Amino acid sequence: MKGYNFAYLDEQTKRMIRRALLKAVAIPGHQVPFGSREMPLPYGWGTGGIQVTASILGQNDTLKVIDQGADDTTNAVSIRHFFARTAGVATTTSTAKATVIQTRHRIPEETLRSDQIIVYQVPQPEPLSRLEPSRVETKRMHALADYGLMHVKLYEDVARLGQISISYDYPVLVNHRYLTSPSPIPAFDNPKMDRMPALQLFGAGREKRIYAIPPWTDVRSLDFDDHPFRPINAPQACGLCGAADSYKDEVVTDDRGGRMFVCSDTDHCERRRNDAA
Amino acid sequence: MAYVAVKGGERAIRNAHAWLAEERRGDPSVPDLGLDQIRQQLGRAVDRAMGEGSLYDPELAALAIKQAQGDLIEAAFLLRAFRTTLPRFAHSRAVDTARMRAARRISAIFKDLPGGQILGPTYDYTHRLLDFELAEDTLPPDAPRAAPDPSPMPRVPDILGREGLLEPDGATDAEPGDLTRDPLRFPAGRDVRLQALARGDEGFLLAMGYSTQRGYGGSHPFAGEVRMGEVSVEIEPPELGFAIDIGDLTVTECQMVNQFKGSKTQPPQFTRGYGLVFGFSERKAMSMALVDRAMRAEELGEDVTAPAQNVEFVLYHSDNIEATGFVEHLKLPHYVDFQSELQNVRRLREAVERREAAE
Amino acid sequence: MNDDPILSARGLTLFFGVIPALIDVDMDLWPGEILAIVGESGSGKTTLLNVLSGLLRPQSGIVSYRDPEGGTHDVHAMAAPLLRTLQRSGWGFVHQDPKRSLRMNVSAGGNVGERLMAQGARHYGDIRARALDWLTQVEIDADRIDDLPRTFSGGMLQRLQIARTLVTHPRLVFMDEPTGGLDVSVQARLLDLIRSLVARLGVAVVLVTHDIAVARLLGHRIAVMQRGHVVETGLTDQVLDDPRHPYTQLLVSSVLQA
Repeated sequence: MKGYNFAYLDEQTKRMIRRALLKAVAIPGHQVPFGSREMPLPYGWGTGGIQVTASILGQNDTLKVIDQGADDTTNAVSIRHFFARTAGVATTTSTAKATVIQTRHRIPEETLRSDQIIVYQVPQPEPLSRLEPSRVETKRMHALADYGLMHVKLYEDVARLGQISISYDYPVLVNHRYLTSPSPIPAFDNPKMDRMPALQLFGAGREKRIYAIPPWTDVRSLDFDDHPFRPINAPQACGLCGAADSYKDEVVTDDRGGRMFVCSDTDHCERRRNDAA
Repeated sequence: MAYVAVKGGERAIRNAHAWLAEERRGDPSVPDLGLDQIRQQLGRAVDRAMGEGSLYDPELAALAIKQAQGDLIEAAFLLRAFRTTLPRFAHSRAVDTARMRAARRISAIFKDLPGGQILGPTYDYTHRLLDFELAEDTLPPDAPRAAPDPSPMPRVPDILGREGLLEPDGATDAEPGDLTRDPLRFPAGRDVRLQALARGDEGFLLAMGYSTQRGYGGSHPFAGEVRMGEVSVEIEPPELGFAIDIGDLTVTECQMVNQFKGSKTQPPQFTRGYGLVFGFSERKAMSMALVDRAMRAEELGEDVTAPAQNVEFVLYHSDNIEATGFVEHLKLPHYVDFQSELQNVRRLREAVERREAAE
Repeated sequence: MNDDPILSARGLTLFFGVIPALIDVDMDLWPGEILAIVGESGSGKTTLLNVLSGLLRPQSGIVSYRDPEGGTHDVHAMAAPLLRTLQRSGWGFVHQDPKRSLRMNVSAGGNVGERLMAQGARHYGDIRARALDWLTQVEIDADRIDDLPRTFSGGMLQRLQIARTLVTHPRLVFMDEPTGGLDVSVQARLLDLIRSLVARLGVAVVLVTHDIAVARLLGHRIAVMQRGHVVETGLTDQVLDDPRHPYTQLLVSSVLQA
């Protein structure tokens, strides 16, 4: 775009972000502070993910952007346009064809490959933030691997409700060391993070943190031996493609209790329908 | 079908933007608002957008205000996003407010002082009566003018400081921190804290400053001095070896003088809170000075009990661009997470019902 | 019993400004032993406890801890994560104010279970069973396990703190006026409980108290502090029945008069 550098950010800023990314990859799950820039999109809209994507994008990349699993939600459209405009890269809705996938709230159903990178938009990188608001304090807890507070939260859930009640942004332990937020993906997607062949990068713009999970890293969802982690999904099959094993959105079809369940991953659903046709 | 409608798509965005542009312009039979009109007649709005937008450029600020339909946080956001893309050529030297060409200068602690009290263009003593004549195109009578007084106007802290009654400014040659380049880290030095406050939301600072006056971290403040006017900005290019003047800024500065009991090792002495803001923005400069002083509680050995004294709390919540983004992002789709919660609540309810049925 | 002390201090000195809090204090604690540190407020006994447990760094002197394998560690030179691990499993703290160590918005069971989970326990059923066992041992009704501590009385809170501390079977526990601020009848019951639990588990305890009666009841040995100095030390009965130092004599006689 005229008057702007390739992919909006200037090269100095990209280098600064890449340095943070390298450090993040070297310490899986550890939040690395970075000089997050003001972006032309609001905080909370994916400024962290956009900065990470802008820093790793090359001219030959093919970019896919999803929000809630779908390529055509307004925010996904807006971010895809942003990069089409500022970087002129090829974009796609196909998970298989993408080299970089920026996502908000989902991991695609299709297993990602080692030649792909997934960039998560993260609103709150600190998994302990709801239990301890002070960052000075949570930083100390991470340094000492002092995660009693999180374990107690799980214990209290089971004692009170008979089961762990976290359904999204379900905390994980990365590489047996750092307690990490998977971003607000449904717990259903957590198992996909474990030993994923693709590089996973996380950007939190407002909170100015970057973290990463290198390929093939152990990612364990916190649980108890006798109350194991259970992903949550609607029991119904997709009303469009019939998939039983994909994550579903619930669509209200009328005001008399009518419901329809459809794949949240629109690319996955379309591909299945095309294959069947 | 409803399902198709909820998937937003590109056309919806395009149409929304077209509608917005039309609404921004309003009735085309009404003349278009000129940037010069905004600069000239909505100066306080321009000042606020520049301060919170962290960019001193009245022309761009006027454009941002026009583009944002007068939404000043949106205008500051536009300026911030533009500012990010600007290359940085140099750092200025610290501006010398003692050499300010002051349009206003008041002290609440001395009846008279070198340089005098100058009321300037203030609303302070206006009666807040709607002036219906302003609804018409009227020209005010000329304000009386006097020749500028060339005598020096020392800053009040310098006057008090000579006797040792006021703590000196922390003198340091260290490069100040820069929140626009480096993320906030704790403990945050006063340089970084002041930068955050200068960029911070006026309403937030006002509420925080006010809370210190109502007992939440009070420090018995006196408005030592408030001054507003033009200061010169100088840079010192390394290849020249001397400073050159690159332009003027209008700023408002507030020096708050606060009680301090002293300790065994230190005699009683007044402490200070400091505020400096782009443009004419006295409310924010004074609030900033109150909050700056409140955040020094720990350094001065006072108990940290109130929100305004909690550095982490103030600094993480003062930026309205961050705040508005995160509050408003709640309107982005969250149906994946909500779906998880829905299934989760159903599962939990089933467990309770099963237990009740078994009993 | 082992011949080597579990905790030793040599030459501890610490000033707060010009006020001496500790002056050249030596101390040894053997496994399974209860050492009572007595003195009036301001004598430096709580400062000593904080220095011994690694919370406060002395200006000079050394504190060494001997681990179960026989290795010794300079407490103030240990890496922070190691010290932290020690403090949350191998060691324990009982504060005068139980709110300092309890989580008031977490159930009694969760409070006791937290230390087990910090040690790596991951079986909910086991954690809960052990929490229940410990609540019973400190005489808290089993049906209070899911209640929040804020519904507990002062004596119950203190017993809950003790259960939380002892559940991991620490080798060393620091106690700061554990019965302070409680009614006399509640105190007596609590002291009894501490004595029997500590004896059964063989825990070594550093106990700080201003109350000579508490020291006599619990302490195997006693150290008397005055203005930052340890002025007299020895077996509890010996020191209290036949005090040598004038200050100890004064302390003992003031108790007798009272």
